[in-house]
Amino acid sequence: MTESLLALDNVWLALLLKVAAIVGFFLVAPLVVGYIEHKGLAHMQARLGPMEAAFHGIGQLPADGIKFIQKEDIIPANADKWVFSLAPGVALVPAMVILAVIPLGPGLWAEDLDTGVFFALAVSSVSVIGILMAAWSSASKYSLMGGIRAAAQLIAYELPLVLGAAAVVLQAGTMSLVGIVEAQNDFRILGVVPMWFVLPQALGFLLFFVASLAELSRPPFDMPIADSELIFGHMTEYTGLRYAFFMLAEYAGIVVLSALAVVLFLGGWYPLPGVGLPSFDVLFLPGEVVAALAGFAVTMGKIVALAFVMIWFRATFPRLREDQLQRISWLAFIPLAILNIVVVAVFKVVA
Amino acid sequence: MTDTLLRPGSGMLPGGPGEGMLVEVRGEGELRTQDMNLNIGPQHPATHGVLRVVIDLDGEKIVRATPVIGYMHRGFEKLAEARDYRQIIALVNRHDWLSAFCNELGVALAVERMMELEVPDRAEWIRVLMAEWNRVLNHLMFVGSFGLELGAITPVFFAFREREDIQGLMESATGGRLHFTYTRVGGLKEDLPRGFLAASAKMTRNVRVRNSEYRDLLEGNEIFKARTRKVGILPPDVALDYGVSGPTLHATGIAEDARVTEPYCRYDKVNVHVPVGATGDSYDRFQILLARIDASLDIIDQVLDNIPPGPVNVKLPKIVKAPEGEIYVRTENPLGQGGYYLVSDGKKNPWRLKMRTPSFNNISAMSYLLKDQLLSDMIAILGSVFFVVGDVDR
Amino acid sequence: MPATLPQIGLLKGLALTLKTMLKPATTAQYPHVKPALPPRSRGVIALMEENCTVCMLCARECPDWCIYIDSHKEVVPPKDEGARARTRNVLDRFAIDFALCMYCGICIEVCPFDALFWSPEFEYSTYSIRELTHEKEQLRAWMDTVPAPPELEVGAELPKEIADGLAAARKAAEQASAAVTAAADAAPAAAKEGAGPTATAVEEDIHVEVQIDQAVFDQLIAEGKTERVARAKAKAAYVRAEKARIRAERESGQ
Repeated sequence: MTESLLALDNVWLALLLKVAAIVGFFLVAPLVVGYIEHKGLAHMQARLGPMEAAFHGIGQLPADGIKFIQKEDIIPANADKWVFSLAPGVALVPAMVILAVIPLGPGLWAEDLDTGVFFALAVSSVSVIGILMAAWSSASKYSLMGGIRAAAQLIAYELPLVLGAAAVVLQAGTMSLVGIVEAQNDFRILGVVPMWFVLPQALGFLLFFVASLAELSRPPFDMPIADSELIFGHMTEYTGLRYAFFMLAEYAGIVVLSALAVVLFLGGWYPLPGVGLPSFDVLFLPGEVVAALAGFAVTMGKIVALAFVMIWFRATFPRLREDQLQRISWLAFIPLAILNIVVVAVFKVVA
Repeated sequence: MTDTLLRPGSGMLPGGPGEGMLVEVRGEGELRTQDMNLNIGPQHPATHGVLRVVIDLDGEKIVRATPVIGYMHRGFEKLAEARDYRQIIALVNRHDWLSAFCNELGVALAVERMMELEVPDRAEWIRVLMAEWNRVLNHLMFVGSFGLELGAITPVFFAFREREDIQGLMESATGGRLHFTYTRVGGLKEDLPRGFLAASAKMTRNVRVRNSEYRDLLEGNEIFKARTRKVGILPPDVALDYGVSGPTLHATGIAEDARVTEPYCRYDKVNVHVPVGATGDSYDRFQILLARIDASLDIIDQVLDNIPPGPVNVKLPKIVKAPEGEIYVRTENPLGQGGYYLVSDGKKNPWRLKMRTPSFNNISAMSYLLKDQLLSDMIAILGSVFFVVGDVDR
Repeated sequence: MPATLPQIGLLKGLALTLKTMLKPATTAQYPHVKPALPPRSRGVIALMEENCTVCMLCARECPDWCIYIDSHKEVVPPKDEGARARTRNVLDRFAIDFALCMYCGICIEVCPFDALFWSPEFEYSTYSIRELTHEKEQLRAWMDTVPAPPELEVGAELPKEIADGLAAARKAAEQASAAVTAAADAAPAAAKEGAGPTATAVEEDIHVEVQIDQAVFDQLIAEGKTERVARAKAKAAYVRAEKARIRAERESGQ
């Protein structure tokens, strides 16, 4: 268990700083991804996207947030009040908690658990409960159907996600996320060519990425919130701040799962396979801080690239029908994931 | 084994007051199931306009579907009895508002045939040009909206980009982007502006290029194919029974097109290609849409080579009166076959103007199409049976 | 449906969206950029009040009956004594309720006096539907935004007035060129004798004070013509005679 940069002598101060950092990142990164979605989606559709709010629409999402805060708080009459109110929180908090283990740069993590991968994947399944709570308590046929579809889909795609990550764990030899990043830095194909895990495990990466699309209910897997059929699925009856929390949960989920994919397959904070970070002193900043900032920039760049691919998929593909996506998961993805693990295991033993 | 059917308030209209559950109590040893009665519409993102479909669901499967129409009934046929023919032309293009000119054309043809008016050659050719541009406009809209309902959010923007360009072209000639009011009894209101034909030629080239983009984005997309292949199959005999026409009918394999069987304007002088599908499923209907856009562009190119010089309207009396009698005119509107039944008693208002609108029959086939389908497929089917609610309800 | 793995169709779609993203967007940002509307665009109806004779054809033909016209008749005293008094229609109110108007253009088409025009002006929305009824002052103000009609397409039949004018101009041009060639041929032959028939081409600057040729007047009265007719003809005869005399004097003087 390696030490984080924020591990100070005073435990409570360190805790405070870590929580502040996580909450800060959690609130800002989804805004960045959301802005890229607005503008990227717009340009892919030959239009401009938000232009009026601040400069070229940068202020659009903060303005939306403020707008949601001042809206009326409506709970449907037949709704189960407590479950209805808590559902957005249950969907949102796991994303924040996962950020505690994800390393965003050298030394930039809150806690490096030995079972980091296991922890991350287990916590991400908790948000499914939030969706089910929302669907059930909304007292609306549309929400209920959306919730049923969501539950089935999320359970089906947990397995390719977990198996894809398991293959990486097998190859790296450790479940600690920091350990996995370091293992990628040390990995050599045929002992010579430095490479991250994305190339030898291209299949695993693809499965992980597609499964994370399904976990987030992003197109082409957004049947649970298919807005031409079910208005908005489990989120139909939500307004105001609770709705904003659901939206934040979706974008935060994009950030978190992209970050997981970056850490597991794309070499974490290393700019190129085999290339390290600059760690010399710049002006008044010590080498470690420079490396940390550079690593953070690299990680964010990779996260943004993956998020862009997710947005690209949203622009291009229609959605899959429920039974089709179930079939793809159970009949295609899971066998392929298992095959991936077998191949990795064989190579690990042989080479 | 006992089978009891308890249907509260049976005998009233579906979805009426006291909309209740259909409770089917099966025999012993079987699980009690309840069918859910779901109302799609009249306000719903999936239906194009205020169409209401009342469906009985068993889990995700539709047991029975009933389209309920009339939410947009504006009493056009009654209004027509109190308007003269030019005013009727202004009102009738509010039916199928995606292809307004074709509606106007039918009414004008009906009156001209009753009066036995000789419409100038140039006017007839320009009418063909305008009608075909309207067909392209109409089909582009459905290309976009079909993708949108299935979750492909991009083609609709591309389709509307093309529609904007074409509508700008129509605006330069008629002044309107949606409701043209360009036809008159005896020809057209006025001639085209300078540069229209050149712009038209350029536009056909652009739309052809973009059409191939829709092929890439939708027709070739595996997910799209998986959603629409073998979904909503309409057999040809069922289609004919319901009176379905237009692209929905052509997809089943029957090539019934009024431009070919009863040519009006100058359609007899032009090569009209009618694309036909093989199976009648939603994918075929979509493919035919794209093929029809190309076919209309071909017709437009032929027309652009053939427009003769001359006048575009004839001198009419101050008040246009159709002689006594009746007439039925069939035109091929973009959504299907439109019929215009005009009964006149010699005055300037018609005695009765009945319109047979294609969308009315197209959606009556919905109850057949939606039976035993999954709810997700309902969206694919709704999007693929092309209709405009103004056309259904008049 | 058997599970299929991603194939080429999906990748083509991705390539297309990426390509579109790299090209400039087609959006025109409206409040900052005004749209370029064609001249026939149906934005709003403008009224040329001076041309309106209150024939009420537009109000009658409107399918929605959204044109409200009020007028009254005024009696205009005659110019000369004993003549009949004329009556004139005066437009009091001409209002179009644009909330009802369906922008069909029938009113503009039927107006026999060219008092109504289309204008592409479209930025006149209001907060209350009652304010959408515009009176004749506003309609007259919109005349400033009416563009000239576009030229018609090649092969179109020109409107009768323009066609006649063009034909007349062409004939005049032909005549002028023929006359010029004739004059060029005849110039060395007849220098001064051409004063008679070509006198019409020469500027006449003879002013004659109008008087009555009494002899012609008496003759016409005797024939039974009315006094008014006889007076007019007598005046014309006098003027003609005087002009001829002065012309002859000038030429003999030259």
